This record gives sequence, C-alpha cells and structure tokens, in this order.
Amino acid sequence: MNDNLREQLLLLPAYFQGHLVLTLISLSLGIAISIPLGIWAAQSPSVKRPLLVVVSIIQTFPSIAILALVVALLGGQIGLVPAITALVLYCMLPIVRNTVTGLETVSADVMEAARGIGMSSGQILRRVKIPLALPVIIAGIRTAAVWTVGLATLSTLVGATSFGNYIFTGLQTRNLVSVTVGSLAAAIMAVAVDGIIGGIQWLTENRNVNPPSEKYKRVKFAVIVGILAGFSISAYSLLPKPAADFIVGGKTFTEQYIIAGLLTAELEDVGFRVDQRLGLGTEVVYEATANGSIDIYLEYSGTIWANRMNEEGNPGREAVRLAAADFVAEVDGMVSIGALGFQNLYALAMRKDRAQELGIATIEDLIPIADTLVAGGDLEFFGRPEWITLRDTYNIDFAQKLTFDPSLMYTAVDERQVDLISGYTSDGRIAAYDLQLIEDNRNAILPYDGMLLASAKAARNPLFMDTVRALVNRVSDDAMREANKLVDVDGRTISDAVDYLRSVIRQ
Amino acid sequence: MIELQHIQKSFDHGKSYAVKDTSFTVERGELLGLIGESGSGKTTTLKMINRLEEPSHGSILVNGSNVLERNPEELRRNIGYVFQGIGLFPHYTIAENVAAVPNLLGWDSERIHRRCREILDLVGLPFDEYGDRSSTQLSGGQQQRVGVARALAAEPEVMLMDEPFGALDPITRAQLQEEFKRLQRELKLTVIMVTHDMTEALLMADRIAVMKEGEVLQIGTPRELLNSPEHDYVRDIVEMPKRRADRLETLMREP
Repeated sequence: MNDNLREQLLLLPAYFQGHLVLTLISLSLGIAISIPLGIWAAQSPSVKRPLLVVVSIIQTFPSIAILALVVALLGGQIGLVPAITALVLYCMLPIVRNTVTGLETVSADVMEAARGIGMSSGQILRRVKIPLALPVIIAGIRTAAVWTVGLATLSTLVGATSFGNYIFTGLQTRNLVSVTVGSLAAAIMAVAVDGIIGGIQWLTENRNVNPPSEKYKRVKFAVIVGILAGFSISAYSLLPKPAADFIVGGKTFTEQYIIAGLLTAELEDVGFRVDQRLGLGTEVVYEATANGSIDIYLEYSGTIWANRMNEEGNPGREAVRLAAADFVAEVDGMVSIGALGFQNLYALAMRKDRAQELGIATIEDLIPIADTLVAGGDLEFFGRPEWITLRDTYNIDFAQKLTFDPSLMYTAVDERQVDLISGYTSDGRIAAYDLQLIEDNRNAILPYDGMLLASAKAARNPLFMDTVRALVNRVSDDAMREANKLVDVDGRTISDAVDYLRSVIRQ
Repeated sequence: MIELQHIQKSFDHGKSYAVKDTSFTVERGELLGLIGESGSGKTTTLKMINRLEEPSHGSILVNGSNVLERNPEELRRNIGYVFQGIGLFPHYTIAENVAAVPNLLGWDSERIHRRCREILDLVGLPFDEYGDRSSTQLSGGQQQRVGVARALAAEPEVMLMDEPFGALDPITRAQLQEEFKRLQRELKLTVIMVTHDMTEALLMADRIAVMKEGEVLQIGTPRELLNSPEHDYVRDIVEMPKRRADRLETLMREP
C-alpha cells in the first residue's frame, strides 16, 4: 500500500466518527422537529402553506451560504453546533412534506369509520392517521438521511470533522487519493443509512402479515443491528475525551494546511495535545480565533488591512504588518505572534532567461517595453484592485492581457506564449517552472505577510508562546515556495512538506 | 327506539335543504329501510342520528335521550355503524378492528378478548382462524362481516347501516343480507339501513321509508307500500323488483 493511502486510512476512524455523529444528531433533531411541524400543518391549512414555503425556501439556499449564515448568527462559533444547525434546517423539507402528504392521503373510508365509531380527533391522529402515514413519513426521513450524509461533508468548512476533511484537503492539495477516500466513504455511509431506513420502511409496510415471514425476521434483525451499531459508535465518540490543549486553525489552501501542520508538530513536540480545524473560510477562522474556539492560525497582513480595517493605500510592508497586529489586538482581542517571514501576494513573474534577455529586475524596468509584451493573468487578476494600482502607479499597460486557468497560465509562460504572468509569491509553481519574480519597487501591491494570530487564552501560556515565537522569521519565501511545490507540483503529502519546513527551520 | 322530530338539514345556510322537515320513529327491535336515489337525503338523515352531521333544525331522540345533548364521541361509541366503504383499519388485525370500540369504551382486556371471540364466531369468522390476520388478507364479503362484527362488538342496541352490502358481489350480498337479518332478530337490534336497492329493502326491512329530494314520501311495511303506494314514484320503485321477478318467471316458462 502506498504511503499516501496509508496516511489517509489512518484518519478514517476519526473522520468516520465525526461524520456519523453529525449525521445522526442532525437527523434525529430534524425528525424531532419536522414531524410535529408536519402534523400541525396537516391539521391546520393556515399553517401548512407558510410552513411549506419557508422550508422550501431554506432548501433553495446554497448549502454553503446556510453554513456561513449560521456561523455568523451564532457569533462566529464553529464546530458541531453550527454544522448541526445547518444540517437540521436542510433536512426539514422532505420530512415535513412527507408527513403532511402521508397524513392527508389516509383513505376517506378509513377516516369516516374512525370518526363514525367514536374516536376523538386526537385518537384518530394517534391511532389511525399517524400509523397509516408512517411508511410515507419514513420515506421522507430516508430522503433527508441521504441528503444529510452528503451535506455533512460541508461541515468541514465550519470546523466540524467529517469525511469532508478528506475532500477539501484533497482538493486544495491536489491529493486525489484523499478526495477519493472521502467521497467513497461518504457514499458508503449514505448507502448504509439508506439501507437501514429502507429496512424500517419495509418493516412498517409489512408489519401486519401474520405470522411474520422469515424475510421479515431477517430484515428486523439487520435493522436493529444497524441502528445499535450507529448509535453506539456515536455515543462512544461523544464520550468525554482528553480535551486538546490547543486548536490549530487553517483556511482552504495548501500553504495553510502546511503551516497548520507545522504548528501542530511544533506544539506536540513540547508535549501539548493539539487538534486541528482546517479548511475554514477566512471570516470563519478569524472570528473563531477572536472568540477562542481556535487558538492559532496563519493570517495575512494585507487581508486584515484591506478586509478588516477597510484601509486603502499602501504605507509599506512593515507599516501594514504593525497596523494589522495592533488592530487584531485592540479590536478583536487576539495576539499577533509575529510574521513567519514569507509573503503570499500577487507578483508579476517571468521566465528567468526572458528576464535576463530583456534586462528586467523591477517593474520600473518594464515601463519602456510594457506595450510590446503579452501578459497572462488568472481569472480575476486584471479585474482586481492590485492590477489597477499597479497600472496607475507605474503608468504601464501591456500589448495584450490574456486570462487563464491558473495551471494553464504557468504552462503558457513556460512555453513562451506569454511574456509574464500574475503569480503568487509563495506559489510552488514559481519554483517548479523556475520563474523570476519582478520586484515591485514602488510598493504598489499591498503586502501579504504571513503572520500568526493567537487567541488571548492561548497567549497566556508561556510554553505555547515560546514554541510558536520560535517560528517567527524562520520561513523564507523560498522555503514556503518549496514546501508548496512539494505538495502542489510533486504530489507529496502535507506531512512531507511539514517535515521539509521543519528541517529548514532547524538548520 | 329512534325518534326524528322535524329534522332539517341545510349545507348552505338555508338556501336549500338536503333534508326537509322529516319525522319518523323506529321502534325497538325494528329494522327500517331508508331508500331513495343518490341525493335524496337518506345518508344525511342517517348521519344526523349519530351526529356525523349536525341537524339545522329539529331534534333526535335515541332511547329517549336527545342526541344533541350528548357528547358526540360517546354517542357514536354506543351506536353501531356499518359503512358502505367498510373502512376497516388496515394496520390492525381482525381482532383489533373488532376490539376498537370496546377499547374506546375502556373495557378490560379480558372482557374485550371474550367479546371478540364471541362476535367473530357469530359472523362466521372463527377467532382462532381469523383473529390474527390482517384485514387486507380478506375478501370483500369477509371484510364486511368484520365491519358488522366491529359495529356489534360493544353490544349496542341501535345500529346504523349506510349501504352496508352495496360494494359486494350479488351472491355474497344475498348471503350476508340473510345472515344479518337473522342476527338482527336474535339480538333485537333497532336498525336504520340506508339502501338504494329495493329488493334488499323489501327482503330485510320491517318498514320502509321512501325518500325523494329531502322528503319522506311514504313510510310503511313492505306490504303496505306494495298494496297502497301513495305516490307514483313510490309505486315505480316498489314495483321494480316485482316486475323483474315477473320477467324472470316468463323467461323461465318460455320453451
């Protein structure tokens, strides 16, 4: 078995438990809320229409948007609570709708008989309508269950562990083995849950056959075993575990996974127990660190300057970094540990031989010849403020500006189809294609210093502070670029890249 | 005994009447056939007796007490009802269907069990063989036997039947009609049976009330209706079975 697959399979028990717990809790809550709502709606037409409209509208929201909204409404809280809230909202529609339909389609003859022999409306509901609607209600639960298993993968984005950890990490780090393992695992769980609920549905449809057939007994046994297994695994994983001392956070791209791995490894080396919450959105991870759900992560000075502080202009790398550090401390109560040493910002890049041939080292050198050059940008570069500022600061424009998918953009410059491209300074492909970055000597582009932000709580621990402070200024642009390249270009794992960075730091 | 006194029913706040000023009395132990076409008001009249419909005017006495002063559910539990659509509970066994009303009345389980056994034997579906089966495993005729057993389970004195044999094939229907008539006599049940089948009414009813457009045109024994019909409509429908019997006889005599 190859190392990559083995590394993925080691993660399986934790991800499996996380995914199962999310699915079972969300589905149980969804059932507990939706069935009474459905019953209420079936009894009262004035409730039915607005209720069905509301649950249908929730369903039309993109699931990622629901997750983001729930996190925002819960004040930046991440983990199980927002994930479960979103999943419960999402699984309501099929259960409510099937409950209403099931109750409304009980045969008129049976309803007349129930009334005619003297059942009260409550007795009709409990003794006749609900039992007869049960197969339809369970069919709704079955649909909801399969959706929930699938959507639970998105919980990774709000810091709840699931099979989504495989998928998002895999997609960001180009690890197809990880994506495949995660997708297969989610699919297998969906099939199993569907099978168990399908079994319950079959049992309720055949409960009146006397004596029970052999098949009935077998299905009943399998269903009971399946349910017991599901709930006992979830109960086991909900048992209080030794709590992590610190939680490392991270956003959704390779560099973030590597730095989170580095932080984890360094903290574990000095004896801390560390958990990770990776693949989070920028807003989510920032808020979570501010409220102490996450203890440390890698942020960029320019992001804080532009997105948080809403500043325009560019007072220079040092000034932006200091302003950002002050801001996170004063406004959001976090502690800036310091910059790691590398930047991750837009920069123009050229083949080394082409740069030498044209004598280009800085963007100023481009001014006389820009109108003879062809430039390539990623899908958004030429629409971004970075390009506008660059163009206005140097008063340059190119003969042609072409947009590419990022990977095609690197191929294009390598094959001399374009003269220069918009790259990211820490992108591994700068190193892989041996490109030269053109210096922005007038500081037109906002600096994006990689800096560690820690929660106030973590910052009170001296050993923690000593450990993470030791990383400040130890990760150069070259080292970060090489680490990214190991994953993005060479197809190595995150832990290989972490090992590489640690060896560089130790030198 | 059932007494209807000046009963009227309007479904549109008095613009039109489904049942117009109707009064009649059914004596204890008597089977009254209520016959008429669709829309004649016969089923509405029946349903007002156990308050599945509320009369717009008038009063109804069952064994001397005014049904409008009684709790509707409690009233219905004490009046047997056999439905045209049979309406067995598909999620109950046969025995559970029969036990439905005694359960609602809060009988103890031993008494319910004894009664189920007794009543299923009475309708020809031995408890040991049928009690545990699902109602969906029975034929239509067997299902309506269960329907009758369910109506009789709580030992009511009064029974209402809404076209009880209408959905059955002719042979099963004839058999059930005879059996029910025998049961009714044995148990001295007071019964109102809605039907649109004159033959059924003539063969089963002690007296027949003919309804048309919300009114009872004539009420009397089968003999009285046959011998002295007071309306052309009554003569037409009463003579129908006789005319058909005559034609059958002619057919049989022809070489």
